[in-house]
Amino acid sequence: MPDAAGRLDELRREAEAAVRSASSTAELEDLRVRYLGRKSELTGVLRGIGELPPEERGPVGQAANAARSAMESALAERIAALDASELDERLAADRIDVTLPGDPPPHPGRLHLITQTRREIEDVFVGLGFSVVEGPEIEFDYYNFTALNFLPDHPARAMQDTFYVSDDVLLRTHTSPLQVRTMEVQPPPVYAIMPGRVYRRDSDATHTPMFNQVEGLAVDEDITLGDLQGVLLEFARAIFGQEREIRLRSSYFPFTEPSVEADVSCFQCGGSGALPDGSRDPLCKGSGWLEILGAGMVDPNVYGFVADNGYDPERVQGFAFGMGIERIAMLRHGVPDLRMFFDNDLRFLEQFP
Amino acid sequence: MRAPASWLRDYCNPQLSTRDIADRLNMTGSEVGRIEHAGVPDADEFVVGKVIAAEPHPNADRLTVCEVEDGSGTARTIVCGAPNVAAGQTVAVALPGALMPNGEPLAEATLRGITSSGMILAEDEVGIGEDHAGIMVLPDDLPPGAPLAEHLPIADEVLDLEIAPNRPDCLGVYGLAREVHATTGAPLAEDPTAADVDPSDGDGGVEVEIADPDICLRFTARVFDHVTIGPSPLWLKARLTAAGQRPINNVVDITNYVMLLTAQPLHAFDLDRVRGGRILVRRARDRETMTTLDGVERTFTSEAALVCDGEGPSGIAGIMGGLVSEVSASTTRVLMESATWVGTNILRTSGRLGLRTEASTRFEKQLHPDLAMAAQRLAARLMVELCGARLLGETIDAYPRPVEPRRVGLRTARVGSLLGTEVPVGDIVAILERLGFGIDGSDGTLEALVPPWRFSDIEREVDLIEEVGRVYGLDRLPATLPARRRAVGLLTPAQRLRRRLEDALRDRGLVEAVSYSFVAPGALARLRLPEEAIRLANPLSEEHSVMRPLILPGLLDGARWNAAHGRTGARLFECAHVYPPPATEAGANPRGAVPVAEREHLAVLLAGPAEGGWRTAAPPADFHAAKGLLEAVLDAAAVEVRFERASWGRCILPCCASGTWRWERPSRSTQARWQSWRRARSTTAK
Repeated sequence: MPDAAGRLDELRREAEAAVRSASSTAELEDLRVRYLGRKSELTGVLRGIGELPPEERGPVGQAANAARSAMESALAERIAALDASELDERLAADRIDVTLPGDPPPHPGRLHLITQTRREIEDVFVGLGFSVVEGPEIEFDYYNFTALNFLPDHPARAMQDTFYVSDDVLLRTHTSPLQVRTMEVQPPPVYAIMPGRVYRRDSDATHTPMFNQVEGLAVDEDITLGDLQGVLLEFARAIFGQEREIRLRSSYFPFTEPSVEADVSCFQCGGSGALPDGSRDPLCKGSGWLEILGAGMVDPNVYGFVADNGYDPERVQGFAFGMGIERIAMLRHGVPDLRMFFDNDLRFLEQFP
Repeated sequence: MRAPASWLRDYCNPQLSTRDIADRLNMTGSEVGRIEHAGVPDADEFVVGKVIAAEPHPNADRLTVCEVEDGSGTARTIVCGAPNVAAGQTVAVALPGALMPNGEPLAEATLRGITSSGMILAEDEVGIGEDHAGIMVLPDDLPPGAPLAEHLPIADEVLDLEIAPNRPDCLGVYGLAREVHATTGAPLAEDPTAADVDPSDGDGGVEVEIADPDICLRFTARVFDHVTIGPSPLWLKARLTAAGQRPINNVVDITNYVMLLTAQPLHAFDLDRVRGGRILVRRARDRETMTTLDGVERTFTSEAALVCDGEGPSGIAGIMGGLVSEVSASTTRVLMESATWVGTNILRTSGRLGLRTEASTRFEKQLHPDLAMAAQRLAARLMVELCGARLLGETIDAYPRPVEPRRVGLRTARVGSLLGTEVPVGDIVAILERLGFGIDGSDGTLEALVPPWRFSDIEREVDLIEEVGRVYGLDRLPATLPARRRAVGLLTPAQRLRRRLEDALRDRGLVEAVSYSFVAPGALARLRLPEEAIRLANPLSEEHSVMRPLILPGLLDGARWNAAHGRTGARLFECAHVYPPPATEAGANPRGAVPVAEREHLAVLLAGPAEGGWRTAAPPADFHAAKGLLEAVLDAAAVEVRFERASWGRCILPCCASGTWRWERPSRSTQARWQSWRRARSTTAK
């Protein structure tokens, strides 16, 4: 049927021309529906093939299919071309303002400087094989004084230094009561540190009625004063820097014998006592040393209060120490006034990331 | 304790600077706070002078023009304002250029037309005493031109020491000299209390009785007659002044001098004002009164020990004398008391009276009765020498229960095993002997006879080891680490959990607060919480008088502080103990019990919104913000939670909910109560 073949050829040319002149992928989609869709003329031709005389069916079918594939490939070619150019246009049109601010990160929170310092101290001693023990802040006189070898009329027991709840109950004045509490429940050996709040009835720039201490206790068969020096040296270097040295000075505490004060060489002047310009180092007051804690060998009288748990002073010996957490933090960060630790002033708290 | 270096060096003088001596003392237990300067900064240009002529100033009524020989051969003219200056006197002279105590050099000055090239000195001008009534008149035998410092301690260094409570011996210059001797090996001069004076025949007619041996271990008394009261010699005034004591008169100055040298306080009575010539040591009657030397009337409890005469109290034992028997210019007979009091009694009484004195700080540390008699000997020599006095009769000595000598054993091997370094036995013996211990024994076991001045402190082997260690040198110890058998360092699960929760809140922008554990009672009332809380018996202030049963008031204070300083909207958290009442008592040994069932709380206060962005609004600080934080915290703790509506008494907080949560490990369930509030303003603003 020459008519049908001619019409198909016409359709194809018409479609190819339309596709060539189409300027957008949306227009192409319209063309696809018009020339190749279910209601298109081409589809009608293909659908009507069965009604043709048998001898015409073959040539018309072949011509229709050829026209269809020619139209399809023309469409595909044009779509690909338009897609690329449209993407370029879109990208050009969609440019964002990179100078606008990003979404803000979550506002940074802070751990208190005391907590940060306490954790650092805990981590050093955990690394040295010490466990961390905590205990009550409201304490019996027995644990705070009696079992630590304070005689009944020791000046530290006087009302002016200690907060009392009743004659027998007080706010612990140091973390040392935990020495006895720990030894009561744990037979030797003991290697423990005991951080926590302590209370003294005192208030000025260098004294607050509450502050934090870390107690240390190591009791075993053969602990020596040299071991105390070694442990404190490791601690001092971990906290204040690897070049630090430790110095022990003789001192007095009722619950240690011998008793010592421990100084660390000054990290600001390196121990010389003088700043690079030759002036006196105000941090260590020119001495080259900073006092950081009191310590000593556990007094045999203290073992007497825990004798039934395996603490025989002829068989065990050990050291104890106690330091102020705020003191360590003040030295390291140059905090001038102890009271700043407890004002909860954000301008202070936010300084320590 | 203020120890003038020149005085210390009289008894032990190592070839070391005062700074080096201070360092040694510092390392061995006598903490030197600082080294101060007494007198003038530099002794140069201070000389002995002789007044050749003294004429009234032609143009001034109160000035005298003096010609003073200063050893140079030519006399110098000095205009002097002192009323007592006279020709023939030997005096102390500051030449032009001399540095005065204020650090300024003395310049030549023209006074009413006459140029004065120098200054004739009064006591206070060189820090010897406080007297400015006239110039110092020196002994005639001093040669003009001699450096003044050779004859008067006008420039001295003073060690300001912190003495530990177990070392009353170091509250005396001789005790400190013994420490210097022990640590440096420099020779120690003879004990100044060794020599005595011979008593004259006669009897002071004084009786002493100790009514209560539980307050007084020993009471010794000596009677002196022919006493001439007057000012002390300049050397004595200079020492007392440098040591921080005001010179008063020769008798009182002697008691202070002996105390500062030996650590044993003395008290001098005007014997003619000791009524009945009788001393009775007894406890005070309740509310008994007496006026002390400082003019204050004191009221006693029955605990106080009093020194009484025939009619009533004459002094508070070991603390301060009474006005009634004060030594005065007219005193001719002196009763010198040197006693040994019970330290704990002195401590209690001085605490109760609020009266701490040089004497009480020594007695409260428990002196040995031997020291009382030693101090009498030195005081007697000075009474004879400086007051022209005569010791009358034998010492009266009430000593009801003589203290037995104490010997302490020392296994020399224990020294090394405790200190961590071997100390040769020869060194151990030498150290203890230098400290005054008598040493016996061999075969690794020594026996140390404790000297009286260390009696309160040395009772056990370990006390001797401390002595050896501190003198041998703590700087000679090794730095070793313990063997650490069966010891593993580890945080407990609860400690690790706390760190996780703290970190979770920090990571969500909260700032950790640390607030005082005590709060004002009203802080609980404002929250309409029951005011049941543990109250302190002796709080510093009402604001800090009860132990908080919850953390919230502390966080509110923190928010209020920041709001007052221009930072509203604080977002705070705190993790701390709280103290729910009651506090229970325990017996003599609590055996592990605790007085209060303290709990560890974590509290959050959102007083303002989190930070918003430029295209997202800040989420408000409301119930759901707090709930979200709580869920985050519980999630960090791996805890499941279910919320239900609840009320919390009459609490002012606008939103309350209680959540039941279950913590599987360790398996126990507990209740968490928590709160949030929409507007911090309503609660932070009082």
